[in-house]
Order: sequence, then C-alpha cells, then structure tokens
Amino acid sequence: MTVRPKIRKPAASARPPVRQRSRLREWAEAGRKIGRKQIAGLHNGNIGLLQQGLGRLRGDSPLVPPHSVSRRALLALVAIMSFLACLSITAVSIINHKADGWQRQIADEVTIQIRPVGTHDHADAVARAVEIATQTPGVQSAVPLSDADSAALLEPWLGRDFDRKELPIPRLVAVSVSSETDLGSLARRLRDNVPGASLDDHGLWLERLSSMSNTVTFIGLFVTCLVFAATALSVIFATRGAMAGNRDVIEVLHFVGAEDIYIANQFQRHFLALGLKGAAIGGMAAISFMFIASLIAGSQGSTPEEAQIRSLFGGFNLDWSGFFAALLTVIATGVLIAVTARLTVYATLRKID
Amino acid sequence: MIRFENVGLRYGLGPEVLRDVSFHIAPGSFQYVTGPSGAGKTSLLRLLFLSLQPTRGMLKIFDQDAATIQRETVQRLRKRIGIVFQDFRLLDHLTTYENVALPLRVSGSPESDYRNDVTELLEWVGLGDRMWVHPQVLSGGEKQRAAIARALITKPEILLADEPTGNVDPPLARRLLRLFIELNRLGTSVVIATHDLSLMEQHKARRLVLSEGHVQVQTNDRS
Repeated sequence: MTVRPKIRKPAASARPPVRQRSRLREWAEAGRKIGRKQIAGLHNGNIGLLQQGLGRLRGDSPLVPPHSVSRRALLALVAIMSFLACLSITAVSIINHKADGWQRQIADEVTIQIRPVGTHDHADAVARAVEIATQTPGVQSAVPLSDADSAALLEPWLGRDFDRKELPIPRLVAVSVSSETDLGSLARRLRDNVPGASLDDHGLWLERLSSMSNTVTFIGLFVTCLVFAATALSVIFATRGAMAGNRDVIEVLHFVGAEDIYIANQFQRHFLALGLKGAAIGGMAAISFMFIASLIAGSQGSTPEEAQIRSLFGGFNLDWSGFFAALLTVIATGVLIAVTARLTVYATLRKID
Repeated sequence: MIRFENVGLRYGLGPEVLRDVSFHIAPGSFQYVTGPSGAGKTSLLRLLFLSLQPTRGMLKIFDQDAATIQRETVQRLRKRIGIVFQDFRLLDHLTTYENVALPLRVSGSPESDYRNDVTELLEWVGLGDRMWVHPQVLSGGEKQRAAIARALITKPEILLADEPTGNVDPPLARRLLRLFIELNRLGTSVVIATHDLSLMEQHKARRLVLSEGHVQVQTNDRS
C-alpha cells in the first residue's frame, strides 16, 4: 500500500513579506527597464506601483503579437535566400562587366594575317598591308608582329627549339580600329593588293563571348527568380501560419470595425521589417563573401599560368555596379516579402469571413 | 433601425435554428433576448451583428439589406454597433486601456485624441486603477466591464450584449445593468441576451422570447 503525500497549498503568510515597499520600488524600477510587456506576469498587487514606475506607458502595443510570428526561423530563411540572390546577382554583374570589357577590347582591334605565298617577298607584303591599313579612315594604328613575337605565340604548341624557317608561318598585323572603319572595304583592298592577306575581325570570338555571357546572365537571373519564388512561398506559409495563430485577434479586429486594409497593414508592417532585416543580413553576408573571395583570389597567382589567366579574365573584383545590384536585391527582397504578406493577408481574410 | 421579417437561419444542412423571426428594434429602445440555453440567442445576436447571414427572409440593418450587403459596408456598419461577447474577447497581449481603445485605434484616430475619453470611460466602469494591466490578471467581472467599455467607447447607436451578467455576482450584475440603463438614457438602443430572470425583473423592458426557433415579442409598460 502506497502512502500518498499530502499536497498542501502554501499559506498566504508563506509569501515573502520582507520589506514589501522597497521590493515594489525595485520592481517599479525594473519595470522601467524591461518595459510594460513583462508586467502582466507579475502579481496583481504590484501593478499599481509598477504603473507609477512606468510613467511612460503608452497605448500602442503592436496589434499582432510579435512572438506569434515565427521570427527567428523566417529571419534566417530570408537571410539565406537574400544571400543566394545577392550572390547570383553580383556574379552576373561581375561576368557582364568582364564580358563587356572583353567585347570592347576585341571589337576595337582586328588582325591582318599574311600567309607566305610562292616567291613573293613576305616582308614587302607585310609593309604593303600596313600601308593599306593606315590609309583606311578610322584606323588608329597598324603594328606588325615581329618574327620573335610570332614565335612567342607559337611557343606553347611548338616549343622553343623549332626552326622558324622550316615552317610557313603567317605574319600578323595588329590593327586598332574605330567605329568609322569600313572593315569590308579594308578586307577587299587587302585581298586585291596583298597576296595571301586576309582580315580577321574576331567576329566568331565576339559571337561566342556574347553567347556565353548571355547564357551566364540568363542562368543567374533564373536562379535569382527561383530564390525570390522560394522566398515568396515561404512568406505565404509564414503569413498563413501567423494568421492562423492570430485568428482570435483578427476576429476581434473585425468585430471592432477594422477594415481589411488596416489588418493587412498590421501584418505587412511585421513582415516588411523582418524582410528588410533578413535581406540586409543576407546582402551584407554576400558582399562580405565576395570581398573575401576577391582577396583570396588576388593573393594567389604567382605562377606564370595564373598570371596569364588573370590577364585574360581580369581581377575578381566587385565594383560599384555589383554593390548597387546587391542593394537593389536587398530592397527587392524586403518589398517582395511585404507585398506577398499583404496579398496573403487579403486572400486569407476573405476566406476567414 | 433593425428589422427582421420572416427570417430563418440554419447552419449548413442542419435544421433551422431560427424560424420566421419578425421584430423591429427602434432607435433608443431597450430589450432583452431571452429563452432557454440553446434556443438561438447567440445566433440572433450574430445576425444582428452581421456575423451571419439569414438563410431566408429579410433582415435590414440601418436600411441595408443583409442579403445584398457588401463586405466593406459590413465593416463600416460594425462601427455603429457595439458588442459585448459572452467570453469577452479581450486581446491578452494588450492592456485594459489598449483593449478599450481598440475601436478608436482601428478607425485611425491618434492616441492623443482619445486618451482622455478612454481614461474617463475606464474610470466610469470602475477600472481606473486597472488600466495598464493585461486581461490575464483581471477578474471575470473586470473583464466583463472592460468588454463593455470597449463596446461603448465609440458611442454606438446600438449595443448588443451576450449574457453580460453571466460571469458576475449579483451586486456587480446590478451595477452593469445600471450602466446599460444609463447608456440607453443617453440614446443608445440596447439588446441584452440573457436568461437571468432576476435581471429582467430589475428593469422592465420588452422581451424577445426565443422558443424552438421562434421569437415571441412580449411588450412591457416601460419598454
């Protein structure tokens, strides 16, 4: 047989009676620091003194209780989504910027190639090609590559020890052109007057470069759209959850005559603040990530191959357009969240009614 | 002000809870809605508050037909109606002051405009010293008075109260009744749903007696 312990209700005298006044003063002082939200949990009798302590009480508590929205989880989710969106947008910005630079460089220069033909004097052909090029309107310079430069270009494929005289190596002339230059006319004149001469305007390169940069841009924007869509869906679920958790609040607001726009504003205010905060955290993280990545990339590259790659692709730097794109993404994320929350609130309110 | 003509109400495919209900609520009138538990008092109040739509018959509230009323109009009309729920419906995260000020706050008035009105009303209902506490620490009677104050703060044209004395002791019930009478003298129509006979005896008024879904109107000298 088991003996049940007696559960006694604590007597009123068991409450700490010690220096009640000074303790209440302490609570009142604490009340000033902690704000009125903590007051509800305190003992009834202390409210009066707390009230006096809290002279700054105001009647503008948020109508949607902040703790009713799953803030931390949503904040983390928005920050991650914003991080991914900013990363893809800044990557697109960097690649576009680089591709523009490459296209400008390639478009501003054409190459005359002169193949050795029969018994014609190769050096004379080069001189004539330079002359024709310099006489063409819009051409800024025409510089023939020396034998040594040509050999250096072939060195990676043929090595250092090959005999240049045994191979019919074409000579190249680098021609700087402007938008006024009629490349068709220059090509015709070279073909007619210089045996074995042809003009390479790098059109194939330009086309491939443009295609590559467009593809990367499309993929980047597509990924950003997916991230935005995932963010919007998350906000829809979070808003519905918040509204389900605050159904009694919404009902009371309706009963006291609140219009849908007013209720939507209450929820939107929550989600806009949360969205902007999360997006700013994600955006800052993405910019910091890019900055650190550029530092790491800049600190490497001591070998000739890495130097060559750097000279071809340039540095990995986030310029002002990248920062601007990241800032826009942060704002867009905040606005997207606020608008999504608002539309979800409207849709849900109609269902509730 | 409010007119019911052969109004019927059913929930879903269930039986009619209200049948052929016809009566009129005049401006400045005082009436009780009474009947046994489950007779449909709360349903009738919900119809009056436009929280439900009749399944048949005609219900006109402030000259608006409930059958064709727009959602936006309902929200506008509710500002002219004060309601006290049986379960108070106070928001636990707001203080008494904020709960009472809620109708004014949602109408967009700045807090400085209504602060004195809310404070005075809270003093009037005897909650002056409970202004900054949350509903969790209020007694049943205090919650009831806070709910009544919230319904009165906008000076509604009609006040609907569902069992307003159901959770309070007789002295407080008498005090609340005096509050309603005073309000009625100031021009507000009052509809009290109750099955408290002693309350109805204290102040004679017209009775809308619900029985098996039908309403029988019992007039009284003082109504």
